[in-house]
Amino acid sequence: MVQLKVNGVSRQFEGDNTMPLLWYLRDLLDLTGTKYGCGMGLCGSCTVHVDGKAVRSCLTTLGSLEGKSVVTIEALNGEHPLQKAWMECSVPQCGYCQSGQIMQAAALLKDKPKPTDQDIDTAMQGNLCRCGTYQRIRQAIKQAAEVKA
Amino acid sequence: MSRVSFRTLDRRTFLKYTFGTGALILGTHVPGWASEADKATFHPSVFLGIEPDGEVIIVAHRSEMGTGSKSTLPMVVAEELEADWKRVRVEQAIGDEKYGSQNTDGSCSIRDFVEIMQSAGATARTMLELAAAQKWNVSASECKAQNHEVVHAKSGQRAGFGELAPLAAKLPAPDQATLKFKSPGEYRYINKNTPVVDQKDLCEGKGTFGYDAKMPDMLVASIEHSPVYGGTVASFDATEAKKVPGVQHVVAIERFKEPHNFQALGGVAVLADHTWAAMQGRKKLKVNWDSGSNASYDSDRYREQLVATAKQPGKVVANRGDVDAGFAAAAKTLEAVYTTPLLSHAPMEPPAAVAEFKDGKVVCHAATQNPQAVQETVAAAMGIEKKDVICHVTLLGGGFGRKSKPDYVAEAAILSKKVGRPVKVVWSREDDIRTDFYHSPAGMYMKAGLDAAGKPTAWLQRSVFPSIGTTFGDQSGYGMELEMGMGWNDLPYSIPNHRAENGQAKNHIRIGWLRAVANVYHAFAIHSFTDELAHLAGKDPVDYVLGLLGPGQKLEINPVGMKYWNHDQDQQKYPVDTGRLRNVIETVAQKSGWASRTKGNGHGWGFAAHRSFLTYVAIATEVQVERDRVRIPNMHICVDAGQTFHEDRVHSQMEGACVFGTSLAMLSEISVKEGKVVQSNFHNYQVARFTEAPMKVHVHLIKSDAPPAGVGEPGVPPVAPSIANAIFAATGKRLRDLPLRKGLRA
Ligand code: FES
Ligand code: FES
Repeated sequence: MVQLKVNGVSRQFEGDNTMPLLWYLRDLLDLTGTKYGCGMGLCGSCTVHVDGKAVRSCLTTLGSLEGKSVVTIEALNGEHPLQKAWMECSVPQCGYCQSGQIMQAAALLKDKPKPTDQDIDTAMQGNLCRCGTYQRIRQAIKQAAEVKA
Repeated sequence: MSRVSFRTLDRRTFLKYTFGTGALILGTHVPGWASEADKATFHPSVFLGIEPDGEVIIVAHRSEMGTGSKSTLPMVVAEELEADWKRVRVEQAIGDEKYGSQNTDGSCSIRDFVEIMQSAGATARTMLELAAAQKWNVSASECKAQNHEVVHAKSGQRAGFGELAPLAAKLPAPDQATLKFKSPGEYRYINKNTPVVDQKDLCEGKGTFGYDAKMPDMLVASIEHSPVYGGTVASFDATEAKKVPGVQHVVAIERFKEPHNFQALGGVAVLADHTWAAMQGRKKLKVNWDSGSNASYDSDRYREQLVATAKQPGKVVANRGDVDAGFAAAAKTLEAVYTTPLLSHAPMEPPAAVAEFKDGKVVCHAATQNPQAVQETVAAAMGIEKKDVICHVTLLGGGFGRKSKPDYVAEAAILSKKVGRPVKVVWSREDDIRTDFYHSPAGMYMKAGLDAAGKPTAWLQRSVFPSIGTTFGDQSGYGMELEMGMGWNDLPYSIPNHRAENGQAKNHIRIGWLRAVANVYHAFAIHSFTDELAHLAGKDPVDYVLGLLGPGQKLEINPVGMKYWNHDQDQQKYPVDTGRLRNVIETVAQKSGWASRTKGNGHGWGFAAHRSFLTYVAIATEVQVERDRVRIPNMHICVDAGQTFHEDRVHSQMEGACVFGTSLAMLSEISVKEGKVVQSNFHNYQVARFTEAPMKVHVHLIKSDAPPAGVGEPGVPPVAPSIANAIFAATGKRLRDLPLRKGLRA
């Protein structure tokens, strides 16, 4: 049995410990804001926070989450400065990758409230957007961090 | 403008939505789409309803995959209605031919539907004004709709849309010829960058995509398809798969029958309580395949064959003057061969749909660009009628043409019938990349004869590729009218002797259209070759192209052996206008500072311009090349798409097209060995990441009152040649094969 917290709620999981967090969130907890894009840690669509750090939920097994705290896009409640900036910049096209992008960027800003271009490049390189919203993502991160565009 | 006429309807249920008593509901037939039976009973599509409480319901009948068409068309209705956009609810339509085409593909949502939407809004507004005039006993011409109410300025009386709706519902719809439309200066939502309706949801993880759709009591299915296109299941062993906790069934799906169309491929499905169990079960499955006739397909050898064919005479598809005599008289000639690979769409959301078969009917929720194709495909698979397939359209996590081909929805319906429960089919990324409807690979041979000044006097172009028609049973080996019309039989240069040809190619894999389709390879060859000629002539590439175009004029395109496709649009209304092409070229040159550009140390600029989807696009690209790494600090894109209705979404489509184009120019390639696709996920099927994409895309939108043209696709074709030309300027290396990264490594 694994005990963990998801968006502040205590959960117990009994079952296959090798199950990735992604499918636990999506199929068992019905938190479908976290997306599947590759299942191999290559696209970042499934990004969530575990104890405050951005991780790929498709590669994070439930067995590794004992005592950990998981935060998903749903817990940001639309009130995160990044979400506001995302809307001001009209970032999403199809929107599928955006939960992962926002969670990745949120972890970056927690770490580096005033990121440089280089910091943004490094942090966002693992998150694919097939619609090509990258430049608006950069703009929105800077806007949220109140650094010069 | 050709307008349709509207009628008021009784209160009734549309979509999942039931209107209240007294609602004003407007319906129309979309010209050319209603069946005879529908006409008799007036079974209309509904674009607009106004509730007595003032809520305005507007139907979005096109799919949303990121272009904004689900929002922009309703915005056009709200604009002409003078509605308050905050009090508008947009309802996604189910698949039904009464709406006209719902195939959200071909960059035509705005072009084909904007007039109907304007009419719907203006009709309702006029009726509300009339209702107010009757209520107050004043002249209708003195009543004006303003922000969700009608105002009589003289008396100061005002009434909300909701209050007026029941009165208006009793009036006949006005004659369409009497409608008045807003002038662009009066617009409040159009081109004002009003956010798309799903934006907030998409920033909060709340949008429902195909992958997120569910039905009570459903199972999730993961399907093993033949690794070789057209293979059949010889035998399979499900013993181990069934031991995986959560796995409920393992069932075979029959192989499709030729021609393929959009049928389910066939294979073995593992159905489980949740996705993970289904995927695990599938890994334990043992399937023996009878691979069939495509098992020897090798994409490298195939590329060589395409090139060999392109070097031989083909079928003539456009001709002017005498090219052979032109070559004989030329001072110099240049020949070059270009190739492009198979590509996969790889939308971020792989194909997914949930379906339930019950009592001879299918209800499904699908990430689809074309719910009517879902109805047709599912109906054919189940042996039921099209009207007995109810297709709800979810949001799409990207489409790019993949999701207008609903094989995965048919799979869900077939499996639901087999197991007697709703079934959600989810394709993994590997399924998506290994079993796509691929973008055709192509080989192009080009030859020009030049005069002493380096200007072409004769020009020959040959293109060879497996046609999309092969998926639908056309095995002639030649390209279709539509593929030839995409940048091949419509060269806009004024060259006295010109011939375009198309060679034959057999096909061995599933082919389908991908964003910008045949324009992708045709534009790469033509605009790379033009750049080569400019350098040979010692001319500036932009000046050289302007010289080839000559003075701005409307061309009459007359291909050989077929009509000019022109997206099924009349050349009178949508001519090939070299004046507009010149304008985007001159604008992009000016905005990018082309004349004062610098080069050297791996740094350089390249340029290309192309008309497609009736839209004119020019791109100037700056590259910084370091070994096989190409950074793109700036990409300028100038677009003339005629009238636009949501400038910000036009900008975002151009930004996206530049990234999509960069992926296919630099990185992406599907290769096939022994009939099997080599790539499987984003590590080996690469698409542009954050720093590989252009750092800055500068969009320059031409304000135009020409009829609206395409936006979703036409940004893509000039990207690859502009990058290849920039790499040449930066390094002196001429790369003629996509993806370019490979050539830089060589
Ligand atoms: S789904 Fe986890 S990184 Fe792609
Ligand atoms: S917005 Fe569509 S994949 Fe990023």
